Amino acid sequence: MADPIKTQDHDSWHLYKQMIRCRLFEKEVMRLWHEGAISGEMHLSMGEEAIVVGIVDQLEDGDAMALDHRGTAPMLVRGVDPVLLLKEFMGRPDGLGGGMGGHMHLFSPEHLVASSGIVGASGPAAVGFAIANRRLRPDKISVAFFGEGATNQGMMLESFNLAATWKLPVMFVCKDNGQAILTQSANVTGGNLMDRVRGFGLRAIEVNGSNVEEVWNAANQEISYLRKGEGPVFIHAACFHMEGHLLGDQLLRFAHPSMSETLKTTISLVKAHTQSRGAPLRERTAGLKEVLGIVRETVRKHRSKEGDPIPPLRRKLLNLDAEKLHEWESQIRNEIEAILQQLVLPVEQVGG
Amino acid sequence: MRTLNFAEAIEDALMQAMTNDHNIIIMGEDVHGLRLNLRIRFGRDRVLPTPISEGAFVGAAVTAAMGGLHPVVEVMLVDFIGVAMDAVLNHAAKIEKFSGGKWKVPIVVRATCGGGYGDGGQHEQSLWGWLAHIPGLTVLVPSTPLDAGGLMMAALAHDGPVIYLEHKLLSEPWLDAMGGGSRKNVKFDVPPEGTRGGVPKIWEPIPIGQGVIRCDGGDLTIVSLGVSVHRALEAAGVLEKEGISAQVIDLRSVAPLDKQLVIGSVSKTGRMLVVDEDYRGFGLLGELAALVLEAGISIKYSRVCTEDTIPFSRQLEYQTLPNVERIVESAVNLVNS
Repeated sequence: MADPIKTQDHDSWHLYKQMIRCRLFEKEVMRLWHEGAISGEMHLSMGEEAIVVGIVDQLEDGDAMALDHRGTAPMLVRGVDPVLLLKEFMGRPDGLGGGMGGHMHLFSPEHLVASSGIVGASGPAAVGFAIANRRLRPDKISVAFFGEGATNQGMMLESFNLAATWKLPVMFVCKDNGQAILTQSANVTGGNLMDRVRGFGLRAIEVNGSNVEEVWNAANQEISYLRKGEGPVFIHAACFHMEGHLLGDQLLRFAHPSMSETLKTTISLVKAHTQSRGAPLRERTAGLKEVLGIVRETVRKHRSKEGDPIPPLRRKLLNLDAEKLHEWESQIRNEIEAILQQLVLPVEQVGG
Repeated sequence: MRTLNFAEAIEDALMQAMTNDHNIIIMGEDVHGLRLNLRIRFGRDRVLPTPISEGAFVGAAVTAAMGGLHPVVEVMLVDFIGVAMDAVLNHAAKIEKFSGGKWKVPIVVRATCGGGYGDGGQHEQSLWGWLAHIPGLTVLVPSTPLDAGGLMMAALAHDGPVIYLEHKLLSEPWLDAMGGGSRKNVKFDVPPEGTRGGVPKIWEPIPIGQGVIRCDGGDLTIVSLGVSVHRALEAAGVLEKEGISAQVIDLRSVAPLDKQLVIGSVSKTGRMLVVDEDYRGFGLLGELAALVLEAGISIKYSRVCTEDTIPFSRQLEYQTLPNVERIVESAVNLVNS
């Protein structure tokens, strides 16, 4: 059982190392995606590193994880081979799942980690892992990662109830960036989320998801409660998705608008706003203002990078020991470089 | 005649339908962004963005329909309909029968379907066979802009539940959002005839359950739908050079099926090759064979389909989804056997 120690500077160094490792790894994923070496969608953990590292770093053998579509960082921190991950993202037969799954469907039986591209699916999955653990691996826990969008999904709410009813050792981790693709979650969420969760009989705590030390400390205490059989917990951690919902995010494109796309959007919007027969003009204008507001806020957040968990911690460590920081960072860069060297890039992506 | 893209045709048809029928509403995830023009024009109470709660909002669309509205409810990807299956299977499809025919459920469940852009087996399924298996559901799969608009009009003119499936390879905004992501260096095998084409100034519904012959021929009948129609047409071009003439049928509707068109064609050609992006077993492929057998016609039969869970890898995905080479090979074997 982990001792409930507070993080010291020593630990902060370790946590920083894990976070920067995820960040630099995902920057390479991003590059490969932009180069066309990774197909389909790509949802990065970029911006969630403090939450992921603060929790996953404390897991041990036998603990299980149920991941959503943003599984790269949890997999990395849990110790899954990064080369296998990259190869899987590239759809290679020597990837983690033989190229069958891709980044949304990552599985590692030896780590008890399963993921899903269906929003909310990590709830039931974590409950099931906990049932198995309670019988087969006492003291071991399960962790569910999901976004705030999943907290309106029926299966997630049903999982809260199951975990509470059966007093299962589940840590439900809600990574709340306030936005579900194009939808501002506050606009589609009734009541107060924490009250809602407590209504199911779960312990519910809030942490700053951009502060890894805060996440680590809270998770440390909660993990010890879970191991003692004190029933499930819900951790709410606010965060920021640096690259939006996915790479090529349509809202973020407004941060660097192309002339042709802007023109196309504007023409159809003006038409919709002015054509006869439809809602009253006041309603049309209100609708237009609403969408402009969403775009403005998204672009503002993206540009300000507020909530990026890495710079504040880096500044702190830089003040403590700049030389050590640079040395550690260069170690990580070397590791990432070594990972990339193990890839032999395919000559071309085969389409149809 | 105007020329529109596939997705523009659907929006254009919805624009016309919503102008004329104030009871049509749109519900679903992100529709304030995905259907932005409709939301601006018709107002926020007619285009309702929902949380990620498919079970609840598809279920609610069923009774909204029973209460007098005609909802077009969007679940983004047909793969996600799994979460809302109870509302579809046990409610939308059943209530008309349970009420002795007294209560209709006029909803359109709109979803994207299909693969070919490397997004993996939880985002690229077709599932129309699975849905069409359920009595009470109408399942439509357009393959051109003209049919996309015309079948949306048909769906909205129908007084029962309709599943309307929009293939992502044909629908430019979806392919860009899910596959391209504004990248210029990723390639997709997009059939041009399916993505852009002539449409009427005023939309008329296409009769539901009416297939269409896309290419005439006498040696074999290729029955298909969705993107596979375009693969089949390309294959028919290859076959022609080898001296084999194929008649290509676009079903457009899985349920109801255009039995007469299929039976009429195969009774002349004596050979049927079904090209279906859906899974092999217990679906449209077998259903077509069964209806020909039931009609007492003896034919040679084979099928090209999605054999297994769709792989993420583009190479494996290409081999798994119906492709032109597999269609040609299968057709040649059928004719020469």
